[in-house]
This record gives sequence, C-alpha cells and structure tokens, in this order.
Amino acid sequence: MSSQANPQDDAPALESEPAALTLGFIPLVDCAPLVVAKEKGFAADEGLSLRLVRETSWANIRDRVMIGHFDAAHMLGPMPIASTLGIGHVEAPMIAPFSLGLGGNAITLSPAVFTQMEAAGAKLGEGPAEMGRALAAVVGSRRAAGAAPLTLAVVHLVSGHHYELRYWLAACGVDPDRDVRIIVLPPSFMVDAAREQQIDGFCAGEPWNSLAVEAGAGVIAVTKSALWRQGPEKVLGFRANFAERWPQRLAALLRALYRAAQWAGRADNHPELARMLASPDYVGAPPAIIARALSGALVRRVGAEPEPIADFLVFHDHAANFPWQSHSLWFYSQMVRCGQIAYGPALAEKARRVYRPDLYRGALAATGVDLPRASAKVEGALRTATPVASRNGAMILGPDGFFDGQPFDPAQIEAYLKAFGVHI
Amino acid sequence: MADARLHILVIDDNVARAAVIEAGLREAGHSAVTLITDMRQLLAQIVSADPDVIFIDLENPNRDVLEQMFQVSRTVRRPVAMFVDQSDTASIEAAIDAGVSAYVVNGMRKERVKPILDMAISRFNAFHRLREELDRTKQALEDRKIIDKAKGILMKGKNISEEDAYALLRKTAMNESRRMADVARGLVTAAKLLS
Repeated sequence: MSSQANPQDDAPALESEPAALTLGFIPLVDCAPLVVAKEKGFAADEGLSLRLVRETSWANIRDRVMIGHFDAAHMLGPMPIASTLGIGHVEAPMIAPFSLGLGGNAITLSPAVFTQMEAAGAKLGEGPAEMGRALAAVVGSRRAAGAAPLTLAVVHLVSGHHYELRYWLAACGVDPDRDVRIIVLPPSFMVDAAREQQIDGFCAGEPWNSLAVEAGAGVIAVTKSALWRQGPEKVLGFRANFAERWPQRLAALLRALYRAAQWAGRADNHPELARMLASPDYVGAPPAIIARALSGALVRRVGAEPEPIADFLVFHDHAANFPWQSHSLWFYSQMVRCGQIAYGPALAEKARRVYRPDLYRGALAATGVDLPRASAKVEGALRTATPVASRNGAMILGPDGFFDGQPFDPAQIEAYLKAFGVHI
Repeated sequence: MADARLHILVIDDNVARAAVIEAGLREAGHSAVTLITDMRQLLAQIVSADPDVIFIDLENPNRDVLEQMFQVSRTVRRPVAMFVDQSDTASIEAAIDAGVSAYVVNGMRKERVKPILDMAISRFNAFHRLREELDRTKQALEDRKIIDKAKGILMKGKNISEEDAYALLRKTAMNESRRMADVARGLVTAAKLLS
C-alpha cells in the first residue's frame, strides 16, 4: 500500500514510477470526478496512478479509510465530520479538502403515495413547499384513518439525504420522528423495496431515482437542488494524518480532481461520461439513465417528458469543489437537530475544521485558477448569481436559496437551531 | 471458557460461510447462534433476534442498515455499537482484513466477547483460504483439460508425439511470457474457428 512507503517517497511526479493511490467509491453518478481523473489521464498528468475500488456500503468506505486500506474515498459530506466527532462509531479524525459536487439527490415517492398527493392538489414539477403541503395532507389523512405511518428510506443516517429529507418534512409540518418512519436501505435495494411496497419513498442519489421511475416504482417529487440550490453533497475524505504524511500526493490528487470535475461538468462531455460511468466497474447502469442526472433533464414519472432542472447536479461551476466550512457547519447543525450529537461551541469548531479550504487553496495556488477569499459563507443568501471576493476577482456563485427562505449563518448556529425549535 | 449465555447473530448471504461461522461458534460452546441469510426486512429480523453480538460480512451492503441501530430511536430498543474501541485498532484491522465487521449491544463489556470476535475472524480467514484453494484446484483442473485438448490438436495437425506437443506448448508459452493454459486456450479457439 502506498501509505506504507518511506516519507521521502511523497513526491508524486518522480521520473520513475507514478505514486499509486487507492480510492474507494460507491457506484453513484457523483463518483464521476474520481473516474474521470483516472480514465481521462488527469491523475497521470499529476504523476499519480489511481486504483479505484468499488465498495458496497458507506460503512466499508469509512472503515477502509480509517485503517488505511484506502488513501481517500468518495464520501457522504457529513461522514468525515461524524467520524471525527465519533458519532455512531469509533472516533477517527478525518478531513475533507475537496467537494466532489453539489446537489444530485432527489426524493422519490411511490406512485400510490404520489397519486394521493395529486388528489390533495399537488402537480408534478411543483416546488418543495407545494409537494410538502400535499404530503402533509396525505400523512394527516392516513393518521385519521388509523393507517401505518409512511416508511421513507435513506442511504445512511449520517448523510445529506437524511438531513435534507428531514428538513423538507419538518418545514412542511411533518414531524420526521413522529409522523413518518425513516429507515436505512442500501441504494441498490431502493427500487425493489419500492416496487414491493416495503417503503413509500426514499431519498437517494442518482441513478437510483431515475431507475425507480423507469421501473414504474417511483415518482421524483422533489430534487435536492429545489430544497437547497447549490447544496453540498459528496466530498473526498481522508484520514486526518494523511495531509501531514503525504502533503504532495494530496495536493496532486486535488489538482487532478479539479480538472476532472471541470471536465465532468461540461455538457459536451456528458455522452462520453455517461458511457464511462455505465461500465459495470463503476456505476453499472444504462448510459441513458446516467445521462439524465448529468444533463439535469429528469423524467419525473415513467413516460413523462424530461424536465430540465437548474443546477440538479453541479460538478464544477459555482465553486462546487471548494470545501466551504459553512457546509461542514450546516451538516453539524443538522446532526444536532436530529439528536445525533449535542450542541457545543467546541464541537462546532471541531466540525468546522474537518473541511479544509486551506489544503484546497494550497494545492491549487500555483495553477492560477480562481479561489474564493472566504472559507465560509452565509448559505442561502444569494437570490441571483453574484460575484464574490476571490483571488482573481471574478468568481460568480450561483443562486443558493433554501426553499423555505431560511438562510444559514455559520456564525449563528445556536440562533439558527433555536429558530427551528431545537432545545440546546 | 465460552460464555454460552451470549446470543450471537451472524448476518451473511453466503450460506456456506455463515454455516462455517456457526459451526465454529457451536464448537466453542455457544449454543445461542442465529443466522440471517435472507436480507429482506433485515432490521425487523435483527430486532426480533435480539442478539448481544452481531457479525456481518463486509461484502454485505446491509452494514449501513445495521448501523442504523447505532442511533437510539423508537425502532431500536437496544442500540448497538461497533465492537472495538479506540485503543483496539489491531482488532479493527484484523476484522476488516478478514472481511467481517462486529457489533455489540451497548453496555456489553467488550472483553467478555473478544474471544468470539477472534473466533469469527479466524473462521472468516479459514473460509477465504478454503475458497481460494478451491478456486486454485478448479483452475488447475480446467488448465489441464484445455492443455490436453491443445495437445491433441497439435498431435493431429503436426503429426507429433504427445511429449513433443507438450514441449511445443511450453516453449511457446515461455517465449511469449504467457501461461501455458492461455496459449492452449488460444490454440483451441483458433482451431475451432478454422474447422
């Protein structure tokens, strides 16, 4: 394993052998930057040879990074934070110096539930508030009829999926603990479980929503991009000591991924990217299904016309790869909100420092690419595309509102949580 | 001395491996062992088994389902925790290298169940060795069959002895730095195409 070598071997671009790095990933469309870095030669340009290992569970990803089987991995954004804080398992400090993209998830509901929502006034393609109002009506009438609460699945309890599903439900007056049942299911089981009516809906990344639509087992009701435009999703996670031990390799990998994400974000590359990801070694789904997530033209219900969705999955634009510490703090706030951990300034500080804009800047400083000056921002404050202070002075961030209009100020977490009725 | 009162749950959709683990546990004196090999409604199955210790194989995507039980919630009466703690990274590594992950019900003293973890790890390793050996044996058998076929083709086509046919295959393999079986396979395919 590369990490077992001598310290003087850190330099990635020695004349001789490229430095080998082993990266874990889960078969999802948003693992694309890793695949592109390898397949399009961006890693090789940086003197790196990547071995990509497809994993079956997020728990394996976390454990294999922790014990050094993997140098780094495609990780759920909150996962390195949870690992650092010791939520749910062994405390193992991790860092996230690179965001693999924004958005890309959706909430898919069973056709039966969606039909009931339509009867309550919902129309396909409406916003999260309208969808939520209809879902609340369905939940209410089920309760009145003495029916079992809806069962909704997420891929992991420490995931953007879990937090955004709860956020949406709570904002629409559905108590995520009392009014519905939230369970964990591996994404590969979502479609079957929906078809067999073991679940009434799920929140997952692509291709699973589109596959459920194709199987007639689900209707895409809400996209993450509609809940929180430019919301953070996967990151590249490392164990914390990797940065001290292998600084040059880490930097080389970030540069390779930066170019890979840029390539993956370009629409004219999407047909090639869809074919690349379709391989059974990577995502293993039909290219036409993968292309939906890449283009953001989602088919919400089987047979429906594709609907273009702005910023559905952003690989590179709007500083998508920058590891904003306001993102790590928002994830921490949601861990507190759903009772996974207590609130405390020291814990918040520990959570903030898991995301490492300093390493991102350090890796990219010499490349001339534009870098934001700030390390955190008020999330959900931009109604329109807005220029922000950056090294080259020309960085445009996209509109990023939360659907309920609540901005998140990372300097005011306590007030933010209290506004949601969380007891601290 | 095995702690026979502990209820152990093994989750593995590889039925053969699950049986090997179960046998090991029973031999060590653990009589309360439950196997889950059908992953449908897994959480409900775990809750109803009500185990003290849980083993799950790492190829199983349901590890994430199981870890739902880390959280105190109304679905789960007895929350579980990862088996090993901070100080015991060697055990984590050994378990993951062997392809198994272990959990205990919260509050269970870990030293009480450590021997069970060690046993499961060694059984997993033994199972993998067995499977590798089996794979190797199968491969050797297949190789021999294909080499025999290729020899036959050479003997007939070039009118040479079995010994010479074998030597020719071996020499070609050495010259091309390929396995003999691969050279033989190429020859058999080519002969099929030409016939």
